[in-house]
Amino acid sequence: MVITLLPLFLISAVTIGLLLRSWPILSAYSLKELLFGSIWKPSQGLFGFWPFIVGTFWVTVVGVGLAVPPCLLVSIYLAEYAHAFTRSIAKPVLDLLAAIPPVVYGVWGLLAIVPFVETFLAPFSKRWLAFLPFMAVNSPTGFSILAGGIVLAVMIAPLVISVVFEIFATVPNDLRFASLAIGATRWETIRRVVLPQVLPGIIAGIVLGASRAFGETIAVLMVVGNVPQVPGSLFDAAYPLPALIANNYGDMMSIPLYDAALLCAALILLGVILIFNIAATLVLKRFMK
Amino acid sequence: MLKNPWKRRHIIESLVRIVMILSFLAVAGSLGLILWTIISRGLPALTWEMVTQTPKGGFYMGKAGGVLNAILGSLYLASGGTLLALLFSLPIALYLQTYLETSAWGRYVRLALDVLWGIPSIVYGAFGFTLMIALGLRASLLAGILVLALVELPIMTRAMDEVVRRMPRDLEQAALALGSTRLEVSLRVVTRQMLPGIVTAVLLAFGRGIGDAASVLFTAGYTDRLPTSLLRPTASLPLAVLFQLSTPYPEVRERGYASALILTIIVLLVSFGSRWISARLNKYTIR
Amino acid sequence: MNSHIQVRNLNVFYGKQQALKEINIEIPRQQITVIMGPSGCGKTTLLKSLNRFLELTDGTQISGQVLVDGQDIYASAVDVTEVRKRVGLLAQRPTPLPMSIYENVSYGMYIHQMRKDKREYKDAVRHYLELAGLWEEVKKRMHDPATSLSIGQQQRLCLARGLAVEPEIILGDEPTSALDPISSQHIEKKLLELKSQYTTVVVTHTLRQAKRLAEHVIFMYLGEVVEAGPAQEVFNHPQQERTRQYLEGLF
Repeated sequence: MVITLLPLFLISAVTIGLLLRSWPILSAYSLKELLFGSIWKPSQGLFGFWPFIVGTFWVTVVGVGLAVPPCLLVSIYLAEYAHAFTRSIAKPVLDLLAAIPPVVYGVWGLLAIVPFVETFLAPFSKRWLAFLPFMAVNSPTGFSILAGGIVLAVMIAPLVISVVFEIFATVPNDLRFASLAIGATRWETIRRVVLPQVLPGIIAGIVLGASRAFGETIAVLMVVGNVPQVPGSLFDAAYPLPALIANNYGDMMSIPLYDAALLCAALILLGVILIFNIAATLVLKRFMK
Repeated sequence: MLKNPWKRRHIIESLVRIVMILSFLAVAGSLGLILWTIISRGLPALTWEMVTQTPKGGFYMGKAGGVLNAILGSLYLASGGTLLALLFSLPIALYLQTYLETSAWGRYVRLALDVLWGIPSIVYGAFGFTLMIALGLRASLLAGILVLALVELPIMTRAMDEVVRRMPRDLEQAALALGSTRLEVSLRVVTRQMLPGIVTAVLLAFGRGIGDAASVLFTAGYTDRLPTSLLRPTASLPLAVLFQLSTPYPEVRERGYASALILTIIVLLVSFGSRWISARLNKYTIR
Repeated sequence: MNSHIQVRNLNVFYGKQQALKEINIEIPRQQITVIMGPSGCGKTTLLKSLNRFLELTDGTQISGQVLVDGQDIYASAVDVTEVRKRVGLLAQRPTPLPMSIYENVSYGMYIHQMRKDKREYKDAVRHYLELAGLWEEVKKRMHDPATSLSIGQQQRLCLARGLAVEPEIILGDEPTSALDPISSQHIEKKLLELKSQYTTVVVTHTLRQAKRLAEHVIFMYLGEVVEAGPAQEVFNHPQQERTRQYLEGLF
């Protein structure tokens, strides 16, 4: 009996631990200064998280935005169209994608995606898309939000696909048959009968993917450039919160409040992810009954 | 009744199908692309020396040596973390299933596990580091194992919970009818029947643990020596990749790619291994 | 006999198991044909071969022909959605779509673009609900979810939904087996009323219902058609031993 307390205990321990250790900075600065301050100079006592929050937000949005359309289509394909044989191929592919470690994704991003952004996407955008907001090319390298987003999109794909697939599997076949029996095509059946049923679950699956992207550290850190600025374009470098923690944890001991600031960053991550996850999980549980 | 493929609804149907298949190919293709990139860039620098030697002096400037320290360190870290996680996750999964199958408390525990599973490893790493400081510990193999166990626990428990849930009820009823107590039932029947699933869950968590960098970054430290003691720092493969790639020397970076290849191979072996083992063990279970 | 559907040399396999063996039957136009036989004899499989529903299950193999007005519905140039529009199906359990009552009936007309404007749709929905004998009960709650209806009402709604796409043939897969006696009577009455306009094929496992509905009978056993013919002849003078045994309730 006692052992089932462990998961709850661990959540509280992590939350309370981070809260306690980031308390010095939370009591020294107002929340507004910390969250919306845009200058990060720990040696001068300036701890503005805004550039990092915006960076995290953009990388996540780009990653999720790139991942969602193909992932939804793939899960619908696997759930509604594919034969058992195709599914038996898809399963190991998704398992392997999920098994590849973040650092390997990072290496791939470094070797393939960053050069791709630098030599292909950036010139293309400069030539054709520069008039659009967030599409200006100011940085000479491919280390950018876009590169981080592409890597993240592939990383969260197996999670999103498998969650959405399971949701589709909860819809009883009778409903599909009822629609097909009066001569609807497969797609008409999916769009008008199945999709309205599963929409909340799909959104929950996407939120789960977003929270995975939000906290991803190593792979993103390797391709996103890590410049503490408020990015103005997808081709700018950014500095997401997880990367901030990972890059600076070694050498913060000498500066007052620096470690509290970094743990505060971890606390912000944790808070957002707890909210995302609890909401998404509650929605999904309703489906799985 | 003959089909007119140019009717709007049939065009849409065909288009949707094509886009779906293209998306599927894109997802499968990105796996291929990743593996191809890692293999083609890692293989040239992958030598026997890489996997049998520790870094020698000047290794990070392109001199001789290998990453055996990191390979061994990662194996130790992941094995330790997995073992520790197993110690807790199996009882939790069994308890959830045998006693708390549908109760409200069971639902809370599952929710908590799902939430734990979603916490990113960098947060576990930061948390572990604060604990270490509070307890006056240094970065060490032991600390790394503890934090990895935290990362792996929810993955393993969720997978096992699923495995135990699929266990046929009749079998359990039969065992209960023969006069076994509930505890005996879970320990003997359930465990044996569920062995393939449990092995899969353990290997899944091991694979996740061995590739995780953010959690061991501050807690396990890094050293060029082979790991010898629980209380000393240890190297790990993900960090070896990271550190080698952050040097300006091309030779060292090449070896970073090779290290990434080694890590990929280990993870793939674990993944295929679990498939193979569970397929073999599955022959002896009732379905 | 003026036959509407002809089944020729139909064989169906589920994986390696043969579910239908060399079926050759004719189904008369605008009459009620009842397929009967003990459970597992392939009657539902035969029924679902008539609207190409079998291919929705993985691993089904079908050979032979099903001719509707002389046109093989399994021919490769045939549009399966057109087949299913012409051959409606009333399922075993009522399956209202997760929409309002109104939308359930208009759904099929809408996807087939059968009406021009909202007014026409509205009139058509009313017409088919009247035809299914449900209009009076639902006219004040057309936009309530269909699941708020009683199960018997749901089945009549499904009938209206099927009729709305103007089929020539109605298939019923034990359409009353999930209903209470009164709702069953409703459905049976409707089928009898509609028989002069539609070719109806009903699967049933109760002999009494077969006797109430049938003008033409197909008796199946173990995937084969044992006997088929006008109801009076088969019920009163069965030619085959197996049919006699079944009619006497021996299995």
